[in-house]
Amino acid sequence: MLKNLERRSRKSLLSDILLVGQPNVGKSVLFSHLTGVRTIASNYPGTTVSYAMGKMRSGGVNFTVVDAPGTYSLEPLDQASRVAVDLIDDAQRIINVVDSTHLERHLPLTLELIAQKKSLLIALNMSDEARHKGIGIDAEKLSAELGVPVVPIVAPSGEGVKKLIDTCLSLPPAGQKITNESGHPGHHPHIQHRPSDMRKSASTEHIHLDRDRIWRRVGDLVEKVQTLKVHHHTFADRLEDISIHPLWGSVFALIVITFSFSLIRLIGEFLISGGIGIAGQPWVELPFGTELLFEKALQPQLMQLSRVLAPGSFLHRLLIGTLVDGQIDFMQSFGILTSGIFIPLGVVLPYLISFYFVLSLLEDSGYLPRLAVFLDSFMHRIGLHGYAIIPTLLGLGCNVPGIMATRILEGKRQRFITATLISISVPCAALQAMIIGLVGSRGLGPVLQVYGTLFVVWLLISLVLRFTAKGFRPELLVEIPPYRLPTGRALVAKMWMRISSFVREALPIIVGAILAVNILYQLDVFAYLARFAEPVVTRLWGMPPESVVPLLVGILRKDVALGMFAPLQLTAKQLVIGSVVLSMFFPCIATFVVLFRELGIKDGLKSLGLMLIAVFLTGSTLNLIL
Amino acid sequence: MEKPLTELKLGKEATIVAVRGGRGMQARLRNMGLVEGQVIRKLSALAWRGPVVVVAKRTQIAIGHGMASRILVRCKDGEDSGNAQKP
Repeated sequence: MLKNLERRSRKSLLSDILLVGQPNVGKSVLFSHLTGVRTIASNYPGTTVSYAMGKMRSGGVNFTVVDAPGTYSLEPLDQASRVAVDLIDDAQRIINVVDSTHLERHLPLTLELIAQKKSLLIALNMSDEARHKGIGIDAEKLSAELGVPVVPIVAPSGEGVKKLIDTCLSLPPAGQKITNESGHPGHHPHIQHRPSDMRKSASTEHIHLDRDRIWRRVGDLVEKVQTLKVHHHTFADRLEDISIHPLWGSVFALIVITFSFSLIRLIGEFLISGGIGIAGQPWVELPFGTELLFEKALQPQLMQLSRVLAPGSFLHRLLIGTLVDGQIDFMQSFGILTSGIFIPLGVVLPYLISFYFVLSLLEDSGYLPRLAVFLDSFMHRIGLHGYAIIPTLLGLGCNVPGIMATRILEGKRQRFITATLISISVPCAALQAMIIGLVGSRGLGPVLQVYGTLFVVWLLISLVLRFTAKGFRPELLVEIPPYRLPTGRALVAKMWMRISSFVREALPIIVGAILAVNILYQLDVFAYLARFAEPVVTRLWGMPPESVVPLLVGILRKDVALGMFAPLQLTAKQLVIGSVVLSMFFPCIATFVVLFRELGIKDGLKSLGLMLIAVFLTGSTLNLIL
Repeated sequence: MEKPLTELKLGKEATIVAVRGGRGMQARLRNMGLVEGQVIRKLSALAWRGPVVVVAKRTQIAIGHGMASRILVRCKDGEDSGNAQKP
């Protein structure tokens, strides 16, 4: 399946301008600036795992700009950089984005690109940070040495970007291959100074230069063009030292994790109920929140509509649902206009906002790779390495980007394990919002039982896979980015992207699911299904037979499916089992598609088989021990 | 004195002299600039066979324990040589 994806990229992605560079140099920020297309940009290597394409208009002409995932060299070692290398082959012009603060680390890729004789220029990004750190780079000298144009830029503010584009468009597109060195257009007179070893094998498609020579050449270059001033220890430096210290770093990690989860809960609860507090009764309650909004603004109108439609009529059932004690209950009524709107906007949206706010803070600050370092030895014991925590954390938001992000991991085995674990035992933020809302109404204990069970399942499956899945076990090897202060603008832009995609994509599915379920109820289809599923659902899991309906709806959306447990009058134990089974059972359709696309059919089926076994065992065990 | 990176003392500088690993491992380390002759400083080593964090070319790099144990380094001017005898 992945091969298909790559083939497609080869065919249709003749880019006019391709952004290439090592991981975490700010390609996506520059891309957004050029095309106005919003992309997710963060401060850790491996944010972009696939390409993004956009249009840029210059001088009345449209240019296709493509943002490639980061790659260290043209010899790809993981899925994400393989995508990048394929894109390079089909690019007309390449902008090689380079981190000015670490020139010597980035030039090896530049030299490889130059050796491929691509139409190339260099964007010295983060030139403001370099200035700030006392690093001076002579761009003209570098350009003369390399024989390609070099333009300093600051991608987030757009400084230098205009010049970058003008220079880029003055380059000849790749179609007009430069046949000999001197045939290069006149404005790079120093091209002939290119050392001969860089030229030797440009005829082959992917050339492997002598790497040691590359590093030596980079050393010479940097010596010539870069000046370093004495660097004073800053607060950020001190924080960097603390957060990787063997002892203090662990304390720091614990604080960050506790603080993050508390903050998610705090903001989420506040947006829903106006209460400020982390567990149990809030300390303060303000007249604020989606609950209040729905009760004050929507309830009276809907009650009026209910009277007009007359309870019990088909249309009433569809739009309002069933009344609880003669009143609309937004959690239980289950009409399109009641629960159909309240679940996505009143319960899930507040938690999504709060989750993605905190995740964006973690992403942009640069803390995530450090967290990976601290979790590495634990993750090793379950057959993964520390960096697998990043896809897993993304999966806590939505499984789809989480599974996509497994591309930053090396080796099929590690990708399979991480993706499988995410799809089975990592509940997405939408589902978690409902778990907190619905299961939380029975107290903190049941919520902890749900999370505890999912964590144990996660552990057990990883242990099983550790000893059964074949393939090599790569070790952690990751560059730790400097801390950066997240900017408000970038945070808001990123949250807007993630949340608007939820509203656009999930809202219609939720409303559609409720519509379909209500119609099927009328047709008595579910009574038949319930009889069919009764042996498993009732005998093994101790759930009422009707709960097979939410489980099936879970294939569409898990949040609305969990909401459907609300009218069933379940005991706390049944609600816990239901939530766990729903979290694990069959990934929602979007996750399902991505899982198969990323793993291929064979591994996808293995993953599903494992899921089925796990869900039967877990449901039955919980029924016995709770 | 040559020793695995895992046995280098915290805060010490050393030069990489050899990488005992397969092609894949060599390539990954090379991508990070961890090649023979590169000077590194060990910043941190986490408990329970956790990763080793080094600074090379002004960048912090975390290296898994198994990989770090296969990177041989030589300490600068023998200041650390006394410790090399210890396990």
